[in-house]
Amino acid sequence: MTGTHALLEVKNLHVTLTGDRRRRTVLHRVDLAIPAGAALGLVGESGSGKSLTARTVLGLLPQGARVEGEVRFDGRSLTAMAPAALRGIRSHEIAMVFQDPRAHINPVRTIGDFLTEGLVTTRGVRRAVAEARAAALLGEVGIADGARRLRQRPSELSGGLLQRVMIAAALLTEPRLLLADEPTTALDVTTQAEVMAIIDETRLQRGLAMLFITHDLALAAAVCDRIAVMYAGSVVEELPSGHLSDAEHPYTRALMASRPDLGGPGKKLTAIKGRPLSAFETGPGCAFAPRCPDARDTCTTQHPALLPAGSGQAACHFPHHPRAAAGAAERSTSDA
Amino acid sequence: MIWRFIARRTAMLVVTGLVASIAVYSALFVAPGDPATLLIGGGKPPNPHLLAEIHRQYHLDDPFLQGYWRWLSGMLHGDAGQSLSYRDSVTHLVTGRIGNTLFLIAYAAVLIIVPGVVLGTVAALRGGLGETVVTAVTTAFMAVPTFVMSVLLIWWLSVQWRWFPAYGAGSGFAGRVEHLTLPALALAAAWTAYVAQVTRSAVRTELVSEHVQTARARGIPERVVVRKHILRNASGPIFSVAGVAVAGLIAGCAVVEQAFGINGIGALLIQSAAKQDLAVVQALALITVVVFVAINTLVDVVTVALDHRVSLEGTS
Amino acid sequence: MSTYQIAALGRGSTRLGRLRGLIRGRCVLIVAGSVVAVTVLTAVFAPLIAPYDPNAVDPTAVYQPSSSAHWLGTDDAGRDILSRLLYGARSSLLAPALVTLTAGLVGTALAVSAAWLGGWYDRLVSALLDIVFGFPGLILAVVVAAMFGAGLTVAVVTLSVAYLPFIGRVVRSAALRERQLPYVSALRMLGVSGRRICLRHLTPNLLPLVLVQIATSYGYALLDVAAFSFIGLGVQPPTAEWGLMVANGSTGILAGRPEQSLYAGVVIVVFVIACNLLGGSLSQRLLGDNR
Repeated sequence: MTGTHALLEVKNLHVTLTGDRRRRTVLHRVDLAIPAGAALGLVGESGSGKSLTARTVLGLLPQGARVEGEVRFDGRSLTAMAPAALRGIRSHEIAMVFQDPRAHINPVRTIGDFLTEGLVTTRGVRRAVAEARAAALLGEVGIADGARRLRQRPSELSGGLLQRVMIAAALLTEPRLLLADEPTTALDVTTQAEVMAIIDETRLQRGLAMLFITHDLALAAAVCDRIAVMYAGSVVEELPSGHLSDAEHPYTRALMASRPDLGGPGKKLTAIKGRPLSAFETGPGCAFAPRCPDARDTCTTQHPALLPAGSGQAACHFPHHPRAAAGAAERSTSDA
Repeated sequence: MIWRFIARRTAMLVVTGLVASIAVYSALFVAPGDPATLLIGGGKPPNPHLLAEIHRQYHLDDPFLQGYWRWLSGMLHGDAGQSLSYRDSVTHLVTGRIGNTLFLIAYAAVLIIVPGVVLGTVAALRGGLGETVVTAVTTAFMAVPTFVMSVLLIWWLSVQWRWFPAYGAGSGFAGRVEHLTLPALALAAAWTAYVAQVTRSAVRTELVSEHVQTARARGIPERVVVRKHILRNASGPIFSVAGVAVAGLIAGCAVVEQAFGINGIGALLIQSAAKQDLAVVQALALITVVVFVAINTLVDVVTVALDHRVSLEGTS
Repeated sequence: MSTYQIAALGRGSTRLGRLRGLIRGRCVLIVAGSVVAVTVLTAVFAPLIAPYDPNAVDPTAVYQPSSSAHWLGTDDAGRDILSRLLYGARSSLLAPALVTLTAGLVGTALAVSAAWLGGWYDRLVSALLDIVFGFPGLILAVVVAAMFGAGLTVAVVTLSVAYLPFIGRVVRSAALRERQLPYVSALRMLGVSGRRICLRHLTPNLLPLVLVQIATSYGYALLDVAAFSFIGLGVQPPTAEWGLMVANGSTGILAGRPEQSLYAGVVIVVFVIACNLLGGSLSQRLLGDNR
């Protein structure tokens, strides 16, 4: 992907955290690029570092975190930015939607306080004006009686409604980039679809760029232009979402194979053997090597770099070409 | 929801008050010997003539409920009977001393709440060495009982440094401040430490909470995050523990007034208990218990108003 | 309110966690254990250790500073302060032990029977425990002292009542939980009587909790008894008792002789801190919690 016009660029990001007196690597090497108005799906198992990547973008890491590499937004480096300027970015340019709205919205204050707080404290908008805009936006995200909801407290709203409130709060500041950290994971299935539709619609209407974090490959493919797959703190593959079936990296393909298919019964689900590693557990080689069916000696000793492969980029010593593989399989059966 | 909670707590307050008043009144009859002897005060040889007079004057031979009702309605109308050992009306004894006690409690409450909340908040927000020091010092202070703190303060600030007088309550505002500083410090020390610790952990809990992270992610200015999210959400437990502390002062007053020779309600309670002057003890015990329970009720109600999350737990 | 506070007290930063780890560390525990053990031993063997009769008045040796004859000096009546501290440990330690043990015994009996029988009896017991809990213990003790006259017995009996809720409320809710466990219904189906289940099964299973509650309230009981003696309604002079010694010494403070009050005060504070540390560690060992 050409990074020259990207709105958000993450280059060579390496993050360590301290906890229990030990310093642990949580992100090994993350490279991402999102052009203005485009959506990138960041997919991976839990613990692979997806959320931390989003948090690093906004500078929301806990104390004692060390960040190497660079995050650029619209040409400006966020990693080198002074706290006040970074606050400006948070309030004007990049908005975040969190996974669990129940925990992420102050339970003591009203919905109206939550929605208008950004406008009132960072833009100097009068409260009444901010409330009118908030109520209108609530209508846009599918909450009809906005004016009444503004007086309510989070405990009076369902999880789905709260997530819509969170989305409205993110849109209210008219950002250019939306970081959505598993915004539907905490919701039940029917609500998930509704909330996802709202995110997708409002994003396209406004021409918002989005970093969409999820563990659901199909969902990411449905709403995003491109997909980045993370494993143990590194991006292992990056490709257009339409080309997922031609994935180069064995991990991406394993993810595809472990996905239930609505096509009908008969096909067996394949689970990925072994357990996912955390970034700090990885050795010198490819992090996926212990679980990879095609791993060879090189894989356990050398770290693969993210290089162009197929229709995107893959970090694999032996990028797999599905058609060639299929041919190989045919050959071996005919031999037998 | 909140009104139901208030109604419930008020009902509980009234029931506790009634139970307390029955218990306090029946003390007269549960105690060994003729109740009239107890009203005269312990140690005096009973004079049959006087005893009969007291029996008549205090309606001691009436049925229990009738006597109780007369006593209770008297108390409610501000007539708490006569103290024979002080040769004065109980109401007069109380009104003459309540100023000192209220001043002392108010002073100690300020000394508890202001430094306690400030120390705890700063410790939690700053973290690091300051937080460790505050925690260590407050843990030590919490183990020092009021009466030991009293003698330490008298020895250190009064005898050694001669900064404050060691005895008496003083008169006028300045005089009272001068005289009651040490007693208020002694009364407050352990509670200040306790309030600081609870504040510290309440603020720290909010500091690392997800909703504070949201506020930061939205670029809300840090002072607004601290005021509107961290302190606002921590105010429930902070207020609650501060209220418990102030209620605790009511009992603690007795010890401190005795230690510093302050002419207040607490000292009066102890001295009349020592003289076994039950008329005074009954009145003071009832007042103390009712005020104590009333403050606790008020604190619970305000806590619920500050933080509606508590009401769900409180009413269940 | 209480659940809320406890929840709020639960968390801490890693640095404080480390500090707490240090406090709970073995080293401090050994020190606390030795402080308690030595104090208990001196209380038991006071007559053998004490250099003087604690009540021997000597008008010629009033307010002596510490010397080889009187290690900690003498008090306003010329009595040896060290001997009085050693003898004072007896009533100072025994009285709160009686308070917590009585409250533990009666509280457990009330709590288990209330949890087992349920109904109006349970409601009555809970209401009574709540009301006693709402009373300031010291005021209760003062009223009873006014009725029966001052003295250690009154202090111990009243404080036992005042400490009932500290054990009863906790044990009752634990007993309610225990009652729901499958083994209890299994015993009932086997035809075991309720009395036997309570005595032989519920109570023994709740014993660690009861012990922890007794241990953790011991320090507070000691402070309350000492405070009660300090205000003159507990142990009566000339008996040696720490709270009383603090009060006795306060006249000496103004004369520039604070030894009696200070030594007695320091002994109380050090012993209570040691008790609280041991109680906390016991609670951690037996219940595995971090109170």
